[in-house]
Amino acid sequence: MSEIVLSLQKLHKRFGALQATNDVSLNLRPGEIHALIGPNGAGKSTLIGQIAGSLRPDEGRVYLADTDITHMSIAERARLGLGRSFQVSSLAEPLSVMRNVMMGVQALQSHSFRFWKPVARDQQLLKPAYEALERMQLSHRAWTPVFELSHGERRQVEVACALALKPRALLLDEPMAGLGPEGSAKLTELLEALKLEVPILLIEHDMEAVFRLADRISVLVAGSVIAHGDSHAIKQDPRVREAYLGDSDA
Amino acid sequence: MSVTLLIEQLLNGVQLGTMLFLMASGLTLVFGVMGLINLAHGSFYMVGAYATAAVTASTGSFLIGLAAGMTAAALVGALVELIVIRRLYHRPHLDQVLATFALILIFSEGTRWIFGSSPLWLSPPSWLTGFVTLPGDTRYPVYRLVLIGVGVAIAIALYLLISRTRLGMRIRAGESDREMIGALGVNIAKLYTVVFALGAALAGLAGALVGALQSVQVGMGEPVLILAFVVIVIGGIGSIKGALLGALLVGVVDTLGRVYLPLFFQTFMPPSEATGVGSSLAAMLIYILMAVILAFKPKGLFAAND
Amino acid sequence: MINTTPLSKNAAPATHAESHFDRKGLVQMILLGLLLLLPVAAYFLGHTYYVNLASRVTIIAMAAVGLNLAIGYGGMVSFGHAAYFGLGGYVAGISAYHAFDMTPFMSWPFSVPGSDSLLVVWLAAVVLCALLALAIGAISLRTTGVYFIMITLAFAQMIYYFANSWPTYGGQDGLPIYIRNTLPQVGNNLLDSSDALTYFLICFTGLMLAMALTSRLMKSRFGAALTMARLNDVRLATAGVSPYPIRLVAFVISAAITGLAGALYADLNGFVSPSMLSWHFSGELMVIVILGGVGRLYGPLAGAVLFVMMETFLGGITEYWQLFLGLVLLGVVLFAKHGVMGWLAGSERNE
Repeated sequence: MSEIVLSLQKLHKRFGALQATNDVSLNLRPGEIHALIGPNGAGKSTLIGQIAGSLRPDEGRVYLADTDITHMSIAERARLGLGRSFQVSSLAEPLSVMRNVMMGVQALQSHSFRFWKPVARDQQLLKPAYEALERMQLSHRAWTPVFELSHGERRQVEVACALALKPRALLLDEPMAGLGPEGSAKLTELLEALKLEVPILLIEHDMEAVFRLADRISVLVAGSVIAHGDSHAIKQDPRVREAYLGDSDA
Repeated sequence: MSVTLLIEQLLNGVQLGTMLFLMASGLTLVFGVMGLINLAHGSFYMVGAYATAAVTASTGSFLIGLAAGMTAAALVGALVELIVIRRLYHRPHLDQVLATFALILIFSEGTRWIFGSSPLWLSPPSWLTGFVTLPGDTRYPVYRLVLIGVGVAIAIALYLLISRTRLGMRIRAGESDREMIGALGVNIAKLYTVVFALGAALAGLAGALVGALQSVQVGMGEPVLILAFVVIVIGGIGSIKGALLGALLVGVVDTLGRVYLPLFFQTFMPPSEATGVGSSLAAMLIYILMAVILAFKPKGLFAAND
Repeated sequence: MINTTPLSKNAAPATHAESHFDRKGLVQMILLGLLLLLPVAAYFLGHTYYVNLASRVTIIAMAAVGLNLAIGYGGMVSFGHAAYFGLGGYVAGISAYHAFDMTPFMSWPFSVPGSDSLLVVWLAAVVLCALLALAIGAISLRTTGVYFIMITLAFAQMIYYFANSWPTYGGQDGLPIYIRNTLPQVGNNLLDSSDALTYFLICFTGLMLAMALTSRLMKSRFGAALTMARLNDVRLATAGVSPYPIRLVAFVISAAITGLAGALYADLNGFVSPSMLSWHFSGELMVIVILGGVGRLYGPLAGAVLFVMMETFLGGITEYWQLFLGLVLLGVVLFAKHGVMGWLAGSERNE
């Protein structure tokens, strides 16, 4: 168990007549990027919800390292070291980049019922947040309000926010979406450097990025994982070609 | 403490419930279709009552007065929608609350200015006064039974309107997806005005009918408005079915609580104290009911959408 | 590398903050100066009425400071803060009633006497309002949006009807406070709470403390979490902080401040009645917060000054002054979103 950072075991989730998640098992190991791909409507969002904590599976379990997190709240999972980014940017727009990143540092250090010391001069918060920004090569934007950032920079801030939690695993939901080739290349480079410290579960539409980045790929179709393997194996897999690549422009 | 009393109070509860339904259905429709919280709904109740009282007094006909009251409430509703409300649809709820609170101030003080502070008198027509004898020898006022009948008729009419007509189809589309009905080529602005005026007319009708039972005065809509809020919170905001069930529940529980709680406490307390404890508790009963329901169903019994 | 970076620089974008600092600071100083100096002048000119009017402004501002913490900083649109204002008032009234009658407030399971000490009254008002807000908040904060607005309104209404129908403390007629609650004597009776100016200064101190507390709170870790809960609660949870307890604690603090203001108000008027609990008052408090500028430290004060002035002077001209209040409010909501302080002192929150 200890070799596996994040483990989904036989997850099932049903909405009425729709089997959105059907017996999904999946492991994330140290040092790897594990990509999860699938056509629209395959049930990726539902699966992410169950990992991140906004949805509860009907059956099955989710483990972070050795801890069963199936029934924990979003915040509890985050404090245990599950960092995530969203498909649609979810930063607090009017606040500075730093303020966004500092929240994770704050959550990690202790409870937030500290009423007196101003955060603006709290080195315990500022330093780790700044370091997380440096990791994403964004420290020059630390005091810029988020609404002034470019789309690509927001993506980087999202990852920096997740990094502030000193995560054991990262769950990145389509981080390349909406990025131009340049931004996409930059983020690819940053993620490649990151994976050695924090394994990443990557949900991504950009097939080029997936094939370049991912050590392993799982293909989700109609709620089930239909194939599993490295990029070479996935490219060759006839079921994948039929179900996914065939009707995609990738 | 008899079957007669129980039947009488049950009917009173149902009667209160049907009138609450007239208020709550408009509120919940406006919220469901336009996403708007409207505090000024109680003002339409008042407008309906005042217009009915004034027209009944000058024509001598309650029915003409009633028609005038509903028309006045609908017109005022449409006007308010055109001038103020439509600027609020895309605003935060806080803005909606404040703007419609401002409307209450304007309507209440305006009415006081025009009609003065003393209540107007409005009584049911002579052919609706008198009593009927129900099984169990209960004598019950005809007028109250008529109110129940009107409430039931309106509930059925609303059901038919929403499930069978084009307007109803558009309302349902608006509830499930506000963007979509625009795409369907429905004139949203007009639909909103119509729905708002319809809600206002129902509130005006309720105000007129209840005004003949109690008195017509400034601020009469406010206690009813807050009860109607409790009704739609219990029933689930946006749901007409929830509004009907919630209204009957609130009407019956409130009415029975006021009668039976003091009696209940008298069984083991001195009468004067029992009345105090019983009536204070009865005043809180529906709110306790609301809290209990919300503890289990935070979105109400029939949550339509948020 | 890190040491050379100006980490402790103000988090707000300096370019926006600095250009407004002078004007904003000036407006705030003038506002406070007038609030403090005018009553003092009126007192020495013998116009006690205006001193009491200033106390009224101050207390209502303090109640609005409490509400502003919930609405402006926490994004929780409470339509039921009259419940705490009224409860605070009733604590002062009931305590004075029993102290005057020399009867215990309760005798079972343990005996609680009444008290005419302001310190005891204030403490009891704060604690009881916090407990009430804990119960109401715990249920209401499970919901959001319109539900939250309606539920807080409904619970306040419940307290209102309860006070109305509970005969022991006057029911609908309310409860008089024959002798204003007192402060412990210091030396030669320096703090005579029945003196109009002294009482104003007590209220003024209370308002300053409430504003200082709010300001300090919002700069702390708790404030950072509350701000994030208002702006984006998914982000807050994803960062590892559960929004619900943060909101609940803010709601409780907000109610306690408003409750303390209620206790001061009852002692100012020598009277407490269910009207302090009415939904109209909840609405008026919201109006004050919005008129002044929501989520601004000085907004509640500016709003309270404006509101009480309109009430006093417009109310002196016409009986129907609330009609004009309604029109002004409608204008502010539809066209001037940042309130009086936004208009006078420039925009503060860059949203």
